[in-house]
This record gives sequence, structure tokens and C-alpha cells, in this order.
Amino acid sequence: MTNMLQSRWWSWGFRSTVMLYFIILIVCPIAGIYVQSLSGGFQAFADNVTEALAWKSVILTVKLAVISTIINAAVGTLAAWVLVRYRFPGRSLLNSLVDLPFALPTAVIGLMILLLLGPRSWIGSGAEALGTTILFHEPAIVVAMIFVTFPFVIRAVQPMLEELDASEEEAAYTMGASKSRTFFRVILPCMMPGIVSGAMLAFSRALAEFGAVVLVAGNIPGRTLVASVYIFGEIESDNPAGAAAVSVLLLTLSLLILWTVNFVRRRRAR
Amino acid sequence: MTIRRFWIGLTTLIFAVLLIVPLLRIVQGAFDDGWSGFSAGISRPEAQHALLMTGIIAVCVTVVNTVFGVMLSLYLVRANWLGKRLKAVMNAIVDLPFAVSPVIGGLMIVLLLGPDSAVGAMLGRAGVDIVYALPGMILATLFVTFPIVIREVMPVLQEVGSQQEEAAHMMGAYAWTTFWRVTWPLIRWSVVYGVILTVARCLGEFGAVLVVSGNIINKTQTATTLVYQDVENFDLTAANSVALVLAAASVLLLLVMEWSKSRKEVH
Repeated sequence: MTNMLQSRWWSWGFRSTVMLYFIILIVCPIAGIYVQSLSGGFQAFADNVTEALAWKSVILTVKLAVISTIINAAVGTLAAWVLVRYRFPGRSLLNSLVDLPFALPTAVIGLMILLLLGPRSWIGSGAEALGTTILFHEPAIVVAMIFVTFPFVIRAVQPMLEELDASEEEAAYTMGASKSRTFFRVILPCMMPGIVSGAMLAFSRALAEFGAVVLVAGNIPGRTLVASVYIFGEIESDNPAGAAAVSVLLLTLSLLILWTVNFVRRRRAR
Repeated sequence: MTIRRFWIGLTTLIFAVLLIVPLLRIVQGAFDDGWSGFSAGISRPEAQHALLMTGIIAVCVTVVNTVFGVMLSLYLVRANWLGKRLKAVMNAIVDLPFAVSPVIGGLMIVLLLGPDSAVGAMLGRAGVDIVYALPGMILATLFVTFPIVIREVMPVLQEVGSQQEEAAHMMGAYAWTTFWRVTWPLIRWSVVYGVILTVARCLGEFGAVLVVSGNIINKTQTATTLVYQDVENFDLTAANSVALVLAAASVLLLLVMEWSKSRKEVH
């Protein structure tokens, strides 16, 4: 009897500890930031968000994230296709390398791009000879975003291609469809859910990226200042309300994307 | 055939330019001034201290999040004391830290526990500093890495089902014995994989830690924030030296990750 009672106490203790940890660590901070941003009333929140520099940084972030996502969707689909369909020496090495951007610290990624595109490198001096600069301008931010979000589309498309039934493709060929027609009518629709969900995850990560971008962006307010760096600047200059307002905007956007991806995946699983 | 060659060549080229060249550039950058430049960059007292801080944070965070992650996954998949609705909601909330920009994660902790907040002021009077000190940095990293273990373990638990555990329970095994003898062998490699991912994320965490730590040299500076400061000070060789240590650790973890992935697929 005492034994049973003891074990019940134990399991009750475990349960409440885990639930408390979950609530304090995850739920409280996120609720806190929403409360903080709206604590001055909705008008103050709207003022903080529509403040010229804040709004420009959000628009810039969305624009550059869209560009990098489109590039990654194209490159990622190609890479996934090659990695799944072709057998060639070095394939497994390339496949392992895909995860590299997830494993590397973002500050290290920023430093790499800084060195590669800097004025002393051949890419930087080449661009200078052409009359443009990459580093501390928009292209450098896009490169940083592409690097950081590189694995998402590949990792989302690969399983779809592996699942694809070879007989469907063969049937299309047998019925006289050309290679390109088979690709666009049979294979691409099959990859589409993977491309879309991978691209959405990549987009939300690109919106949130800080470490890689802060080192290469130059952070000129209104021109190369992205939202996450803007938030950091507001914290540093002791304006938590402004930081919280832009955070809530970014956060809500990311949450919507994340939940849409989960919803789509769950429906597919059914 | 030629088209095939073209695609393979193009993909290899993209990987080389995008992933391998930047990595090699860090190695080259670290040794710009020869071996002495690299060793000077690493043996600076602030670099030693920063690497130590990163190590402490990685160990604490990995241990705590592995224990809580495995337990929460078990509850979310198996427990019947949680309603179905509540489980679905919690399941969606678990992913939140992935959606939150690290800077925002840090801001949340500053807002809740900083010197201006009610809790922070109370703790400050009691002599406990959270923000701009180690506890805050650990909290921030805990928040950021929270979903990783859960996302690795939960699918495996769902896949294997609860029959074996129920059988063990019916035959009179204690909950503890059931866990170690039946559940643990099933989820072992997923936990290992989750742990490696967590360590990698801890070593690399930057945004959240930068906001919470205040980046004070020899006090709250971590390896990544030191790299950031070195770059801001235009001391690129020193930045490269520390970055090379971090990058080497990441590549090593990537290799272990590949190994544990192959083990995970075996069972």
C-alpha cells in the first residue's frame, strides 16, 4: 500500500514538474511579449510598428526573404532531384553536406560570407570593378539568408521523390509522353507539397535570421537594416516597447507559417 | 546521358561554391598570420573564458532539455491523464521556439526577468542576477533548443505503439523498469540524435545569448559573441581563430550525426 502511494506521489511530482517547466519556459515568455507590446494600448502598438524605420526594416526583410526563398526553392529542388535520382561518386558526401548550415553557428556563417564577399576577396574586387558592391548591401543579406536556409527545401523534397512510384512515370512514358511532359505532369506535382512546405519553413527562418545577417548587412537604418537587427538595436537603445511591437509582428507571421505547414502535413498524412 | 552529367556537375558546383569554399575560407583566414596568429587568437584569456562559457551552457542545457524533452514526449504520446484537445494544443506550442527569432527569444527573457520587471527586481534584491549573467544565458538557450529532442523522439514513440509497454506493465513490471527495459531501447538512437542536434545548437546560439548576456568580456561572453565582437573590432584573424574552433566542432558533430542517423535506421 505504502509502495503504491509512494509511486503515485512520484508520478504526480514528475507530471507537475514537466508541465510547469513547459509553461514557464515556453508559454510565459511568448504570452509576455504579446502583453508587453499591447500594454500601452493598441494605438501605441500601431505607432511603434508604423514608425518609418521599423516599417522599412520589416518590408526589407520580407522582400529579401522572398528572393532567397525563391532561389532556394529552385536550387533545392534541383539538388534533391540529383541526390535521389542519380548515383555518382561523392553522392553520400554531398548528402551529408546538406546539413552543414544547420550545424554551423550563425555567427561563423556570417564571418564566412564577410570574408568571401569582402573588398579584399576576388568576388568583392570583381564586383567593385563592375561598379557594384555586394558586402553591406542587399545582395550580401540574400546570400546569408540562402546559406542559412539551404537545407529546408532539399530535406522536404527528398522523401517525396523517394516515395514516388516508378510505375506512374513509366506509364506516362509508355503512353508516349515526352520527358519534359512527364516531368511537368507527373513528377513535379508529386514534389510540389515538399517544395511548398520546405520553402515556407525556409521563408520563416529567413525572416528570423540574425547572426549571419548582422555581420554582413552593414545595418544602415532604412536601407540595409533587417527586422531582427532593428529589434536588437531597439533593445540596445533601451526601447523595449518598440522592440516588442516589431517582434510581435514578425512572430505572428512566423507562427502562421509554421501552423500552416503543420496543418498541411497532417492532412497529407491522413 | 549528357543532361544527366550536366545536372550532377551543376549540383556539385553549387555545393562546392556555397558550402565548401566558405568553410575553407575560414581555415585560410585563421592561418593568415601563420600558426602563431591562430594560437594567439585562441589563447587570449577572453577566448579561453568564452569557450569555457559556451561549454558550461552546452552541458547544462543539453542535460536539462534531454531529460524534460524525453519525459514530455512520453506524456504527449502516451499519457491518458491529458485530454486529446490539450495534447494537440501543447503539440503545436512545442514548435514555437523554432518560429521565434533568437533575438526575440532573448528579448522575452529580458522583458520577463530583466531589472525593470517585477520578478527581476525581486530577485535582484535577493542578490540573484539572471539577465546579464549565466542563468539568463542558460534560460535563453533552453528556450531556443526546447523542441529539438521532442521532435526527434515523438515520431518514434508514435510509430512503435504502446503494445510492448502495456505487455510489460501487465506482467507486473514497475513503470521505471518498463521505461528502461522496453521504451528506452526503442528510442535510444533518436535521443542520441536529438542530443547531438541540441549540442550543435547550443554551441552556435548567438542572437538570444547576445541580447541576454550583454556581451561582457571575461564575464558573459560566449564563443559566438566573441566572434561577433572581434569582427566589430576589425580583428579578423582573432575572429577566424575562434570561428575555426566552432566550425571544427560543428563538422565533428555533423559526422557523429550521420553515424547516429545510420544507427537509427538499423533497428
